[in-house]
Amino acid sequence: MMELLQYEFMKNALLAIILASIACGIIGVYIVVKKIVFISGGIAHASFGGIGLGYFLGINPVWGIIPFSIISALVMGLVSKRTKIPEDTAIGIIWALGMSLGVIFIGLSPGYAPDLFSYLFGSILTVTTTDLVVMLILDLVIIKVVFLFYKEFLALSFDDEFATVIGVPTMKLYLLLLCLIALTIVVLVRVVGIILVIALLTIPAAISKQISTNLKKMMFVSIFVSAVFGVIGLILSYQLNLASGATIVMVSVIGFLLCQFLKLCKR
Amino acid sequence: MINSNHNTKSECKVDKIPNKKKQEIISLKNIWVSYDDINVLEDINLSIYEQEFLGIIGPNGGGKTTLLKVILGLILPSKGEVKVFGRKPEENREYIGYVPQYPLFDREFPISVEEVVLIGRWGKSKYFKSYNQIDKQKAQEVLDLVGMLEFKNKQIGRLSGGQQQRVFIARALVTDPKVLLLDEPLASIDTLLQTGFYELLERLKKKMSIVLVTHDLTAVSIYMDKVACLNRRLFYHNSKEIRLEDLEATYRCPVDLIAHGIPHRVLRKH
Repeated sequence: MMELLQYEFMKNALLAIILASIACGIIGVYIVVKKIVFISGGIAHASFGGIGLGYFLGINPVWGIIPFSIISALVMGLVSKRTKIPEDTAIGIIWALGMSLGVIFIGLSPGYAPDLFSYLFGSILTVTTTDLVVMLILDLVIIKVVFLFYKEFLALSFDDEFATVIGVPTMKLYLLLLCLIALTIVVLVRVVGIILVIALLTIPAAISKQISTNLKKMMFVSIFVSAVFGVIGLILSYQLNLASGATIVMVSVIGFLLCQFLKLCKR
Repeated sequence: MINSNHNTKSECKVDKIPNKKKQEIISLKNIWVSYDDINVLEDINLSIYEQEFLGIIGPNGGGKTTLLKVILGLILPSKGEVKVFGRKPEENREYIGYVPQYPLFDREFPISVEEVVLIGRWGKSKYFKSYNQIDKQKAQEVLDLVGMLEFKNKQIGRLSGGQQQRVFIARALVTDPKVLLLDEPLASIDTLLQTGFYELLERLKKKMSIVLVTHDLTAVSIYMDKVACLNRRLFYHNSKEIRLEDLEATYRCPVDLIAHGIPHRVLRKH
């Protein structure tokens, strides 16, 4: 077991899991309690356009995905709340639009797209030091913003109508929260890829919700839970020679089912 | 508008409550609200004065919640003017305490009763700072007032409907509002507890105006100063009296009798 840590790529992979767990542990809590799983999935998929843009421009796809995911988060938030188009319809349309843009950009790019698959389904064993630095910075941004707006995000998540009545700028905060979701997706993209990202954004938080009495505790528990799933998934994928992202998701789903089973037994 | 000298008739209405220069705090003038060309509210005119308890009754779908949301500035009327303390509702929201009908929250939300009430203090707190001792003190006071202090550390979803209702009243009271809007507050309260609930409102009335909307005719109470009927249009005579013809116009069917708990009467003898 310990000999795995001698490999540089294993150390990086473990660090990536810790950094990813912090982001998805914190933001996943808001996604679960505010029930915005669908829009989060939409932002994740639409950000594929950013990956395509990165290939097209010949830059690191991370620099394409950051602005692209933030813009799609804002557009989705505004279109779903400020127009008469039903929210789920708006999300569905922008979800598909982002992905098609990505496909078109990649088609227009010269040559072929190396490791495109790793952005879709994750490739934790190829995480570079640059990736880790980007993840660390985004984690710090997420922690800082949540720390500053903890009261406001709590009011917004618990009862946004009442929050609006007492003057909380709910629309702006909602858009800010969607931007944090976009950044979290960027943090997670190397670990599980944009297609599978929604699993890490929901499962750890859903498990921790069952045992937590307040949001802060729920965040710490879900960070811990997602780190445990990540490490187990990583080891299993290495030993069984399976795709890492998909294995982590499978471990999370099994963990979720186990928790549901234990909950049933307790009754 | 009403010139008292002009009243030549000797039989003056006994149950008319004189407005002893009570300050008007909320005014609605010619309010129309429509969704997709269907009118929900038609030509509503209403004044709410300080320290007054107004009951608004009407059938479900009659626009009661919409009317409250217009006062709160959550719904913009298609025509007409709303003023709260002389300004737009959204500019004076701090003066309004709102208790929604079914608060839209997740029963498993990990949040304590005290934290729910503290959310009400948001407007008095500062950005980037957590709630301070004054906020917590105030939350304790209002929880005590509604009799929920002993539950302050409980998760909100673990409480009964009536207890949750009292917590949401506390959340609305924690900023010392000048007017309290209650949307169907009795829906989740046991009939036996209603008297206690009205006594609480009676105490609150010394400090604020209260507007209570309900579809339940039996909820009309001795504690209300004025009663209005709402079904798209508002039937209101700035008094406590409900006229049978208004009720029938409101409910679109003959209303036989309003049976009340004993010692009070809202209708004139007829």
